[in-house]
Amino acid sequence: MDIFLQQIVNGLTLGCVYAVVALGYTMVYGIIQLINFAHGEVVMIGAMVAFTVITALAGSGAPPVIIVLAGITAAIPVCMATGYIVERTAYRPLRNAPRLAPLITAIGVSIVLQHVAMMIWGRNYISFPQIVQFTPYHITSNPNGATISNIQIVIILMSVAMMALLLGLVYKTRMGIAMRAVSQRPDVAGLMGVNINSVISFTFMIGAALGALAGVMVGSYYGIAHYQMGFLLGLKAFSAAVLGGIGNLGGAVLGGILMGLIESLGAGYMGDITNVCTLDKFLPGFQSLCEANPNSSFFGSNYKDVYAFIVLILVLVFRPQGLLGERTGDRA
Amino acid sequence: MTTPLLELKNLKIAYGGINAVKGISLTVNPGELTTLIGANGAGKTSTLKAIAGMVKTASGDVIYEGESITHQPSYTIARKRLSLVPEGRGVFPQLTVEENLAMGAYIRNDHAEIKTDVERIFAMFARLKERRAQTAGTLSGGEQQMLAIGRALMARPKLLLLDEPSMGLAPIMVQKILEVVREVAATGVTILLVEQNAKLALEVSSKGYVMDGGEITLADDAKALLTNPKVREAYLGEAA
Ligand SMILES: Nc1ncnc2c1ncn2[C@@H]1O[C@H](COP(=O)(O)OP(=O)(O)O)[C@@H](O)[C@H]1O
Ligand SMILES: [Mg+2]
Repeated sequence: MDIFLQQIVNGLTLGCVYAVVALGYTMVYGIIQLINFAHGEVVMIGAMVAFTVITALAGSGAPPVIIVLAGITAAIPVCMATGYIVERTAYRPLRNAPRLAPLITAIGVSIVLQHVAMMIWGRNYISFPQIVQFTPYHITSNPNGATISNIQIVIILMSVAMMALLLGLVYKTRMGIAMRAVSQRPDVAGLMGVNINSVISFTFMIGAALGALAGVMVGSYYGIAHYQMGFLLGLKAFSAAVLGGIGNLGGAVLGGILMGLIESLGAGYMGDITNVCTLDKFLPGFQSLCEANPNSSFFGSNYKDVYAFIVLILVLVFRPQGLLGERTGDRA
Repeated sequence: MTTPLLELKNLKIAYGGINAVKGISLTVNPGELTTLIGANGAGKTSTLKAIAGMVKTASGDVIYEGESITHQPSYTIARKRLSLVPEGRGVFPQLTVEENLAMGAYIRNDHAEIKTDVERIFAMFARLKERRAQTAGTLSGGEQQMLAIGRALMARPKLLLLDEPSMGLAPIMVQKILEVVREVAATGVTILLVEQNAKLALEVSSKGYVMDGGEITLADDAKALLTNPKVREAYLGEAA
């Protein structure tokens, strides 16, 4: 039970991060039906910029909260600028091109951003300085039981705040109505006096700002960053967006959290479920393996990255519009 | 001699190599209701889209309030209080009735007056008020047309372009929509109306143009057109 609770806590934390990243994919898809594969790299850049700032300030004696906030404050504008430039230079010229062209361009942009980051931050893993003391809090009375850490609490709270802000922006403000209008009928939105290009730029920048924050969160959570970290993270968040129904904001949140839970529970339990030693009665022949290591299994926790893609494939086969999606028809 | 609010000078529109509009000139005087009639494919929609900046003009000029707006993007033109109710209504299907109206007022910042204008629209179209929180996609065709017109009025346009507002509607709804057009015109909004329903359109208009094959073939007072034998034969379905 405690292991289960622990996996739920870890899964929720991870799921919140996926949800924030997935919102970036889904917003851009919602407005121009483009899968912005470079979004994962924007998250990576957010982590890298925050890393640079936090490292520079780590020895300054400033309070840790201020240092982390400085990292976030630097990462957000850098990522917003990246999002803006990518849209302006790479996607806008292809706005009316066949759908394959912007899709391939997005993959190209993703590679370019990775290599720019590699040139700036190097090809090695870089570790975040431990400026915030990791403090676990017990969530049950069991002294060896499940815990939630201060970092996890902050990640969850920040993600929820971001989601609430975004939903408020999209559903309650004039800009939000304009964004939805552009996504439904861009030509008619123009007739209402909406500068479509500005709205699209704005959407990219908001998505990138969320990405920046997500980057800082994963960087601090795992304590490491790498120029290729955006690839896997991006793919998982994209899968989460598809799971929820791409283009649907609530779907991105739901998909992200489910994806985090699936990954965490998968990593926690698939090893036990597929432990060859317990299967030994039905499937003999693993004796020597089990004597060497009683935890030998088909799918150990190192398979955790697979679940996102299993989910993606299952969704695409059985419910291509996603859990909350309604729109059907062609998609890239 | 009044200066026209809108003037088209030798306007040409081409799609690829196809000339859809072959050099037309027309004027719309302030405060008047002008109508443009013609068969399907005559080039009426293309003309309205060119005025509103939705399609590129091949050559010629669009003069609005004495200024050329020929190559301006649609959002700039909209900000000059020139509104187009597009063919097929073009409501935002997933926005509510209220949000659609809010989009109509996108170019305005006078929040208090926007609120009173919404109420004015609701007074005009009671059906919309009942459905204010419903998404536009769930409305009937007639209700969507009311919403499209209401939305355009939210911009407080000086010039309102209407592209076949009665298209696909039941006869009683056609009457209602044209009644609304007449009411709006009576409030001083200048209107350029495109209609298939030539008789009804000419009856509410002061001036009329007849378009055929991308060219303007007749221009006259609406009343004169109603009695013109050519018009009666070709567009009013009567023997000459
Ligand atoms: N987007 C387009 N691409 C190519 N041809 C078009 C396009 N829109 C209209 N046309 C052509 O231009 C001509 C005029 O069309 P339109 O302006 O819609 O006429 P109307 O509104 O009078 O029916 C028609 O022959 C039509 O087929
Ligand atoms: Mg037409």
